[in-house]
Amino acid sequence: MQNLKTDNLEVVPVAASAAALRRMASIERVRRLGILFGFVVVYGVFALLNHQFMSVANLTAVALQSSINAIIAIGMTLVIISAGIDLSVGSIAGLASVVAATVMATSGLGAGVAAGLAVGIVAGAINGILIARVGLAPFIVTLGTLALFRGSALVFTNGQPIYGIPEPFRSIFAGTLGPIPTPVILAIVVALIVDFVLRRTTFGEHIIAIGGNEEAARLCGVAVGRVKALIYVIAGALSALGGFVLVARIGAAEPIGGTGYELDAIAATVIGGTSLFGGVGTVGGTLIGALILGGLRNGLTLMNVQSFWQQVASGLVIIFAVLIDKLIRRAA
Amino acid sequence: MTKPALALERLSKSYPGVQALRDVDFAIASGEIHALLGENGAGKSTLLNIVSGAVRPDAGRIVLDGAALDLHSPLEARKAGIALIHQELALVPHMSAAANIYLGREVTRGGVTLDRAAMERRAQDLIDRLQVEIDVRRPVRSLSMAQRQCVEIARALLYRARVLALDEPTSSLTNRECDALFVILRALRTEGVAIIYVSHRLEEVALIADRATVMRDGRVVGTVTVAQTSRAELVTMMVGRDLSELAPAAYRPPAAVALRVEHLTSAARLVDISFEAYRGQVLGIAGLVGSGRTELLRAIFGADPIDRGTIAVNGKPFTGRTIRGAIDRNIGLVPEDRKGQALFGRMSIRSNMTLVSLGRFARGGVIQAKPRQAEAQALVADLDLRPRDTARPVGLLSGGNQQKAIVGRWLSAKSDILLIDEPTRGVDVGAKAEIYRLIGRLTSRGAAVIMVSSDLPEILQISDRIAIMREGRIVKELERESASEATIMHYATGGV
Repeated sequence: MQNLKTDNLEVVPVAASAAALRRMASIERVRRLGILFGFVVVYGVFALLNHQFMSVANLTAVALQSSINAIIAIGMTLVIISAGIDLSVGSIAGLASVVAATVMATSGLGAGVAAGLAVGIVAGAINGILIARVGLAPFIVTLGTLALFRGSALVFTNGQPIYGIPEPFRSIFAGTLGPIPTPVILAIVVALIVDFVLRRTTFGEHIIAIGGNEEAARLCGVAVGRVKALIYVIAGALSALGGFVLVARIGAAEPIGGTGYELDAIAATVIGGTSLFGGVGTVGGTLIGALILGGLRNGLTLMNVQSFWQQVASGLVIIFAVLIDKLIRRAA
Repeated sequence: MTKPALALERLSKSYPGVQALRDVDFAIASGEIHALLGENGAGKSTLLNIVSGAVRPDAGRIVLDGAALDLHSPLEARKAGIALIHQELALVPHMSAAANIYLGREVTRGGVTLDRAAMERRAQDLIDRLQVEIDVRRPVRSLSMAQRQCVEIARALLYRARVLALDEPTSSLTNRECDALFVILRALRTEGVAIIYVSHRLEEVALIADRATVMRDGRVVGTVTVAQTSRAELVTMMVGRDLSELAPAAYRPPAAVALRVEHLTSAARLVDISFEAYRGQVLGIAGLVGSGRTELLRAIFGADPIDRGTIAVNGKPFTGRTIRGAIDRNIGLVPEDRKGQALFGRMSIRSNMTLVSLGRFARGGVIQAKPRQAEAQALVADLDLRPRDTARPVGLLSGGNQQKAIVGRWLSAKSDILLIDEPTRGVDVGAKAEIYRLIGRLTSRGAAVIMVSSDLPEILQISDRIAIMREGRIVKELERESASEATIMHYATGGV
């Protein structure tokens, strides 16, 4: 037993695990690069195929077209990082926009915006309470409220669009500031704030912890219920904000406005590298995800591809994104 | 030794950056129980994975009954007569035991409909051969862990396994269930099955194994006859150094009462529990699995409700009990299920260690990165955590380092009443000694430690006082000098 080389025993396992660590760190890097790579591929291909695509005017249009999805998807990112899902964001956008437009018509712009945001917050709180306090599954709760909020919007308006959106509202939520459309600025401001919250505050740390291991978070004294409820409130408020931009852009509030937005928001989040299992995700990734989807649609439109095919392409990109993620992890 | 049933010849396997196996030779005869020992990362899992067809070696041969095997999948291995039983059992919970045994090999009528009656009959025969009482029609989720293991073994028998590999088979069994498993393994040995037995528990190896092969750093250190080898020799082979740390810690006299529990009763099986825990001491809680030990820790921590009784911390009643309240009273819980209840695997070491104490490093909810990083670095140095880089995801650390990080979390929270559940489960021998030292340091700084453990040598080595639980009650308290494995088992199993 004594002839064993005792001196190298400590060294080798440590070196081995250090190699494992390096490998893991490089996976995270590859994942991040993968998102950027997808972005470069989509934009590169369209730049080659169509000389208008890379023009400043068109890129501005892409950013504008991606902004509603980006705003809503940023809320979705928090939800998904916490290992939840919110299918009701599109319906909240629709309900908030018709309530805002109605109140605006009688009581002025400020009251309308406040009412719309309140709708988003209350709707998010309903989701949050059912999920965090009652303990129902997020998928089921928000599937229910997807129908509930949409139905409420239809009942509230009797199915009719509301016209006569005040011009100041339109210039705030769909105007320009210098050369930049205000929705793009809104999306960037929202992204900066939420990114800060996620990475630099105790609330953000708690979101990531809950998504990573909810039971452990509870045993660490994290107020799991309160944090989760607040996440859905934020998602609701950002959905309302997305609804405002929609109304401002088309000049009318439609009770069916925002239909299907939940899928775009989930798609942008997942393409952006947020794990559907929770615990992992970034706001920056989601922004790029929204720009990939927006660029894809814009590019295909420029090339006169039928809108039906655009849906097919979006679907393929989502599956491709998840596939790449899986392959990267398997290579580990 | 007779002709080997299974021989591995010069097996090598490397993963990117890691040489998992180097020129490993290993042979087992039929009718032999052969223990495979080694610290975490020694190469045992890779070896098992190669034998069971899940992983292909880079070089070397697998020889079964004199013929070289080229295994491409676990199914091929199973058909060849090699079965691996994983630590985490691979059964479908809501299907019956019989259906699980026959999964993938269903008995049918004309290849169309399932012949459940035939499967149940034959499955029952296999189970009966193990001389255990399991109704094979019952769903697996209603069976105990030990019974589930028997179902897996029966499945191996169905494939006429001549080589049976078990990975940490006793990690979730009670002592009595372990004994029953050993009876089964000995019976299989008599039938000529070659059994590869992987375990961290050297006491078990001494009981059950004929020979033992020790691995370290991807190589075979040596193969010994168990009956002629002392436990200390095995440990030295495994870690490559003498572990004098395994001597009992010096007795520490009690200081102030940190925790007083009186008449604690809860729906989660606690019955009229009263005890005191002192600063400067480790109170060991022994007892069989299911005796209420974990429930007791959770109740004290405010994680589970209680029906009756009082808890006083530092002489003041702890009312309105919540987890937050417990943390505010400087109580910390290191749960048994590290992965499921303590670890944030993809978060950094830093985040894992400062989650509870985060409020201290935040102003208006905004985390102050510098003081937090300083805290994390100080803890990493204090605990001798490897690696030192606090940004690494904690899930990549070894079990022992993960456990140290979890203890570090409560150090950061300034906990001085530490509830620790099975502190060294799934931790290798070297890391165990470090965790014991850490517990010793905590008590010398005036902390009260309450430690639940199923590992009796551990209880005897670490505790100053020992409380023994049975069926939700504390049936006996002993000072360490008056306790032995025999006395503890006596009270834990119903003696008076």
